[in-house]
Amino acid sequence: MNRKSQASTFREWSVFHSTITVTLRKSILDPQGKAVEHGVHSLGYDRVAHVRIGKYIEFDINTNDRTEAERITKETCEKLLSNPVMEDFSYTVEEKKSKVHA
Amino acid sequence: MPKVKFGVIVFPGSNCDHDAHHAVGAVMNHDVRYIWHKESSLEDVDVVIIPGGFSYGDYLRCGAIARFSPIMKDVVRFGRRGGVVMGICNGFQILTEAGLLPGALLRNDSLRFVCKDVYLRVENTHSRFTGDCVAGDVLRIPIAHGDGNFFADDETLNRLEGNGQIVFRYSAPAGELTDGANPNGSSRNIAGIINETGNILGMMPHPERACDAVLGNTDGQKIFKSLVESFSVHEVVNNLS
Repeated sequence: MNRKSQASTFREWSVFHSTITVTLRKSILDPQGKAVEHGVHSLGYDRVAHVRIGKYIEFDINTNDRTEAERITKETCEKLLSNPVMEDFSYTVEEKKSKVHA
Repeated sequence: MPKVKFGVIVFPGSNCDHDAHHAVGAVMNHDVRYIWHKESSLEDVDVVIIPGGFSYGDYLRCGAIARFSPIMKDVVRFGRRGGVVMGICNGFQILTEAGLLPGALLRNDSLRFVCKDVYLRVENTHSRFTGDCVAGDVLRIPIAHGDGNFFADDETLNRLEGNGQIVFRYSAPAGELTDGANPNGSSRNIAGIINETGNILGMMPHPERACDAVLGNTDGQKIFKSLVESFSVHEVVNNLS
């Protein structure tokens, strides 16, 4: 295949990048957060309060449709990434441009 | 008494599957076989045991990934139709994740993995897992977990209590419910619960580790004996009707 014609067939494609945080629900005591808060206070930062420990999850979604990307992110949070009995989640979905072969 | 057919599910990371197999097979003398998690059918088992361990390395949350294993579809179908399912330790966590039992198991309030014998007061002696116990019975059973802190909202806890679904609570040796006897911070000292229809049990302690006399404690046999006897009772009822 001719290299020049191949180069001309690149086009811009967008994917969406999701970042998710999962934390214990506010009503649930977070003993890890308490232990870390104690450590922070030991360092002298006694103004620090309400330390909570959570999980960070990120992934890409191969779509150029923001609505679909947000739907997939929300559904994975609800069905797998968090347990609604004990956890809350929040997420952001950002568009990422990349070049791919047409 | 006819033999009951047990199936022990094996996930990658299960580590109490052999203990459970030994307890119901070699010690209690019933039929038992392993069921690999990739199988799709339980076939003709009477009781499914979901054993303890660290299925899928406890990644994400304890039991969160195991519930998507192929065999779990059939376990859910079996349990919803009244089939007897017993989840021990990680098995209890898997059953809550799969939605077969309410609540969730949080990290122990001490943040420590706790491995020791505890005392369980039998709260409901009419379940098919405790029919051989009498009111006030206290069993000595080992625990070994880092995430055994049972949590549910107050409404759910009240419902569990009202329906007699709380089967075991952590207690002092004489049966008093104290904070000191609670090894992990569980709501209302809960150690084991059944579903509304009483055919699915989840418990953090390990009765299968307290069955063989050579280990010095056979209190766990009471649970398996109750379960096995419940089948004879059901058969009698079926024959009469």
